[in-house]
Amino acid sequence: MRRFTWFNATSLTFGFAFLYLPILLLIIYSFNESKLVTVWGGFSTKWYGELMRNEAMLDAAWVTLRVAFFSASLAAVLGTMAALVLVRAGRFKGRTLFSGMVYAPLVMPEVITGLSLLLLFISLNLDRGMLTVTLAHTTFSMCYVAVVVSSRLVTFDRSLEEAALDLGASPLDAFFSVTLPIIAPAVVAGWLLAFTLSLDDLVIASFNTGPGATTLPIKIYSAVRLGVSPEINALSTILIAVVSLGVIVASLADKRLAKSRGNQAQ
Amino acid sequence: MVATSDKTPAKGTIGSGNRKPGESTSQAWLKEDSVPIVEFRDVTKRFGDFTAVDNVSLKVYPGEFFALLGPSGCGKSTLLRMLAGFETPTSGTILLDGKDIASTPPNLRPVNMMFQSYALFPHLTVAQNIAFGLKRAGMQKGAVEERTREMLRLVKMEQFSGRKPHQMSGGQRQRVALARSLARNPKLLLLDEPLGALDAKLRESTQFELVNIQEKLGTTFIIVTHDQEEAMTVATRIGVMNHGVLAQVDTPADIYENPKSRFVADFIGDVNLIAAKVGGARKVDGEDCIHFTVDGYKQDFVARSAEPLAKGTEAYLAIRPEKITISKSKDTQAANQIEGTVDDIAYVGNLSTYHVRLANGSVIKAQEANRRRISNRQITWEDKVWLSWTAGGGLLLAN
Repeated sequence: MRRFTWFNATSLTFGFAFLYLPILLLIIYSFNESKLVTVWGGFSTKWYGELMRNEAMLDAAWVTLRVAFFSASLAAVLGTMAALVLVRAGRFKGRTLFSGMVYAPLVMPEVITGLSLLLLFISLNLDRGMLTVTLAHTTFSMCYVAVVVSSRLVTFDRSLEEAALDLGASPLDAFFSVTLPIIAPAVVAGWLLAFTLSLDDLVIASFNTGPGATTLPIKIYSAVRLGVSPEINALSTILIAVVSLGVIVASLADKRLAKSRGNQAQ
Repeated sequence: MVATSDKTPAKGTIGSGNRKPGESTSQAWLKEDSVPIVEFRDVTKRFGDFTAVDNVSLKVYPGEFFALLGPSGCGKSTLLRMLAGFETPTSGTILLDGKDIASTPPNLRPVNMMFQSYALFPHLTVAQNIAFGLKRAGMQKGAVEERTREMLRLVKMEQFSGRKPHQMSGGQRQRVALARSLARNPKLLLLDEPLGALDAKLRESTQFELVNIQEKLGTTFIIVTHDQEEAMTVATRIGVMNHGVLAQVDTPADIYENPKSRFVADFIGDVNLIAAKVGGARKVDGEDCIHFTVDGYKQDFVARSAEPLAKGTEAYLAIRPEKITISKSKDTQAANQIEGTVDDIAYVGNLSTYHVRLANGSVIKAQEANRRRISNRQITWEDKVWLSWTAGGGLLLAN
């Protein structure tokens, strides 16, 4: 912005307020002394302590973290493989269809993804629980990894791989010793994206979860239906912190990637 | 390590480029019993409808520095990539040391390549880049380190061993790429436009260094380039390619002096191509020549010919500008003289090129070294001048 005008200042203030005021309020109220969510009763961290004693909440948090970790890791592997095929395989019949199908889940309504996965698991006679939630999360977050990794692979100099082959590396060796280290920042960024997506998914998880595998978003949602407890505010604040940390690390990794690419291009 | 040390130099042949006759390769291509290290037999490569390499047959001998020269898109890089194993021929066979290498993947071929982009691994240091291939050859750790140091010494990059590729200049990267591709001591080194990214001054000095390294190691080099000066400087033989076809394979001197086609004459250096009508054979100073006429002039001209030409056929006289003498008076001693008008003078410091318009409208370029200062120049624009050249100076090429 070169010039300060009242119009700019106002629109900026309202824009950011619209986006972040609710979150800010939530964070403030998580430090509320009062039992009533909407009445300020002084500063306190007692709801954080209360949260730590809530076994069910902590269980749900642990389940969510494990689901997020495993689904993100699986998605990183599958997404990278998909990206490799789509970028590298050249023109084969149905390539456009395949790449379209990889990206489709990005815009697919979550309800449909969740429901169709549920039907699949039922027909496979798979008991719903940790495994089904993890698989469900892998399916949709894999697309995000594929998008991030393929955008990196497009600018990847193929002659680097050819040089590795030329110097006696087998194709597999060339991939692990040359390609993967170079595209690693993109894979890590994709993993973090998948991790955060899994962390806050409610719809798909609620379709595919079973007893004993309640994730945090489901737990929060069901708790809120019985009345909002200040404990939820504390939990949400922690979640926000974790997610923003993930996003910041992912964007830093991406920045480093862009920088090293700039050096390469010299 | 010179693979061809058992071969004695052939006598009476012209040395090429910067090499003394008989050096390293001994003109192996002239001898019947020479065994080629690389042989292309009727190799064709198509990409869809496009034929990149069209029925190429070629033999390269041990210890040679062979240049594939041609305009971009002529198929020279494809030929090289087929040798490295990155492309497979559509038809034909490629023999390396007498063995068909069609089924050998690139990682198992005793061939290394230096890439146009250098393809240095950005996440590894210079030393790690060079050691990459050595480790995969099953060498012990100590031997790898020693060989890496040896290669760094060869390209004078010892003090850079800990640097990453992006911390070096283009010339330094080029040296590391060369060291890396030579580290495994390949039977054959392929160089794909290795000097293309360097500036003119550096390129020139690097060309001589490449030749020195090649002579020191005795490894067979095949270089791909579109720069004819580079090919002339480094190569023992040049293969000129056009539209996927090998137009001519010869020593640099023969390519320049005895081009076999209009394309080769025109692609290598500067040349005048003048339409001619063949008269018949004639001996000049014991050499077989052909006399011919040029449209608009009554007198006869003589030139050598690559092949016998029938009387009355249309042909082209190819003559290099530096072989033509320009003067204000007729030189009665010269075998060929033609009169014209100076149209233009291009002065480039050491040389001046005169564009002389003939009676039939075509323009001939004649080049003179500027031994005197320009102010003493006798010939100027619109002057009537005589161009003269010897019988051996020009070459008649069939249409």
